[in-house]
Amino acid sequence: MSNIATLTRGIIKENPVFVLLLGLCPVLGVTSSAMNGLGMGIATMFVLTLSNVLISILKSQIPDNVRVPAFIVIIASFTTVVQFLMEAYTPELFTQLGVFIPLIVVNCIVLGRAEGFAMKNGVFKSFLDGIGMGLGFTLALTLLGGVREILGAGSIFDWKFIPGDGILIFILAPGAFIALGFLIAIINQLQRKKT
Amino acid sequence: MKKKPSTLKNMLLALTLIAGAAALSVGLVVAVTEEPIALARQARLEAAIRTVLPEFDHLEEPKTQEVAGGELVFYRAYYNDEYVGTAIATFSTTGFKGLIQLMVGLLPDGTIHNIDVIRHRETPGLGDRIELRFPWPRQFQGMHPNNVNLRVRQDGGDIDAITAATITARAYLEAVRLAFDNFTIEN
Amino acid sequence: MNNRLIISGAPHVHSPENVNKIMWGVVVALLPAAFVAVYFFGFDALVTISVAVASCLFFEWAIQKYMLKITPTVTDGSAVITGLLLAFNLPSNLPIWMTVLGSLVAIGVAKMAFGGLGKNPFNPALVARCFLLISFPVAMTSWPKIIRPLFGEGLVASPDALTGATPLGYLVDGIGQNVPVSTLMQSDVVPSYFGMFLGAHGGSLGEISAIAILLGGLYMLWRRIITWQIPVAFIGSAFVFAFILNVVNPEIYISPLAHILTGGLMLGAIFMATDMVTSPMSPKGQLLFGLGCGVLTIIIRVWGAFPEGVSFAILIMNAFVPLIDKAFKPRVFGK
Repeated sequence: MSNIATLTRGIIKENPVFVLLLGLCPVLGVTSSAMNGLGMGIATMFVLTLSNVLISILKSQIPDNVRVPAFIVIIASFTTVVQFLMEAYTPELFTQLGVFIPLIVVNCIVLGRAEGFAMKNGVFKSFLDGIGMGLGFTLALTLLGGVREILGAGSIFDWKFIPGDGILIFILAPGAFIALGFLIAIINQLQRKKT
Repeated sequence: MKKKPSTLKNMLLALTLIAGAAALSVGLVVAVTEEPIALARQARLEAAIRTVLPEFDHLEEPKTQEVAGGELVFYRAYYNDEYVGTAIATFSTTGFKGLIQLMVGLLPDGTIHNIDVIRHRETPGLGDRIELRFPWPRQFQGMHPNNVNLRVRQDGGDIDAITAATITARAYLEAVRLAFDNFTIEN
Repeated sequence: MNNRLIISGAPHVHSPENVNKIMWGVVVALLPAAFVAVYFFGFDALVTISVAVASCLFFEWAIQKYMLKITPTVTDGSAVITGLLLAFNLPSNLPIWMTVLGSLVAIGVAKMAFGGLGKNPFNPALVARCFLLISFPVAMTSWPKIIRPLFGEGLVASPDALTGATPLGYLVDGIGQNVPVSTLMQSDVVPSYFGMFLGAHGGSLGEISAIAILLGGLYMLWRRIITWQIPVAFIGSAFVFAFILNVVNPEIYISPLAHILTGGLMLGAIFMATDMVTSPMSPKGQLLFGLGCGVLTIIIRVWGAFPEGVSFAILIMNAFVPLIDKAFKPRVFGK
């Protein structure tokens, strides 16, 4: 596979949220606004890319039988690092996302890419895969957060363009399921038309 | 490079090295971020106190006081060494979704200067009317709890509850009364 | 299309009934409650009902024609019923655009997204009601007072008090304040049992009158559109459960009669829970389904965060229908 394909397929064709349906816990939990989605997406992309690179560097040094605990330690360390950095330098975002950041450790995408891609591919490709999948994840979370924020609060990136309350269910948990379902349906429909 | 076989020695060595390196790097990051994190936390606290009190230039060491169900924290604020008011971190556990934490700013005579919500999980669109961006909590500015009965009208008080969120309003007022009562005891 | 609801194994006995006739029978059964709503809430009720029915028909037609690209089946009456039942579950003063949005949710999300008539696991009107209740909690709980009394019963709206609590909401809130039930029952917000039976109190526009709903229910039983199992099990179990609580402590648990005559229990038991698509097929399964609805309703009303629990109870039990149908398979002919 070409480097460009490695980079781009995570964005639409194998989008981790809309197509692979991985890591749905943070997807549904944090996307009550576009900003939250973007922040969580970038944090995940950061962890995903770093762990992909490191695991692909170490892949020949990690014996097969202990690879999963090794992955988890690496991913957990990067997640903790992200958490400290966010609390120190973006305290506003941290108050919003704080409780969800540790969930990156158990996000299936990160472990899935480590096991399914970084373990078998070179450092540069793993880096591209991490960026691509991370971008896809960020895009999906921002899109879902944006849709929920527009419908649920009448604003986008905290810029309010409809006065008063929106359709509140969309910023609550049930609205996350409804909005995600319809976004997946729309994307499936668009994909089907293309082929 | 050839893959390492899964012998006991290899497995132990790999995991130990990875765990050690991870611990080292996390420790390094903690050391670097410790100060900014402490500053950020302090800034958040001070911002909350500044919202509810008049202009001040320094705070006394906070005092805590045990009450039923938790503790109150008192921050006495001074401007040019003159006492300008006390911010009290107070709480109620009877909100619609449990804990509500408030910062209540009282002037030296006990008049409410302002009240801000530090943390709550009330329903968006209903209970979140207690946040300062809405008009409801601003009605308390300038009230003195001795002259106003800080209870909702359904309970015989002087305060209009929030539409369809009486429980939240009730918990909010309970937290304010708790702060004021302990403030009067303190002084 | 006519045979969509026949699901049992062969042999089939010929019956003059078909989907259209059943559906229009339900519409007829809903008329008494609609008349009562218009009597008590006036023109507003008529507007809400018309808007809900018209927009449900429109969305069904538009989705079938332009999104699914199939021949629209709006004449089968099912969209009319969804619209009527949705309107019955709304306060009559709800802004029109919210009613239209509710219709879109009922038809688009709860019905068409699951595959259309006969394939939806949840009652579309109730899904829409819960959607609106969570989305617009203030508008959905600002109940209009009635505009004229009936036989001298009922607290009538005055210019400075157009809206007020429903009797059930008032009771549940008062109990939460530790006010004894006997004091609460004295309030003029709570009508006499006769007034409750007539429906002379605030509430969702179609749920208020027990007598009108019972009339519709009897008509449907007579036309064999519904069977007795679900309504009887639903109302019966709610009554028995509430009776036991009331015996334990009459000052914190309201009387069983007040439980079944206020709120949406009658409407839910007779029109919402009996929806053929979303209720079990076998009589035993229907009894179990009704029992679950009744018990859950009382649990949510007494211990839940919302004063009313009928719609949530029915939706929760809707989710159990496939399991119930599996446990009580209809007998295979000849075995």
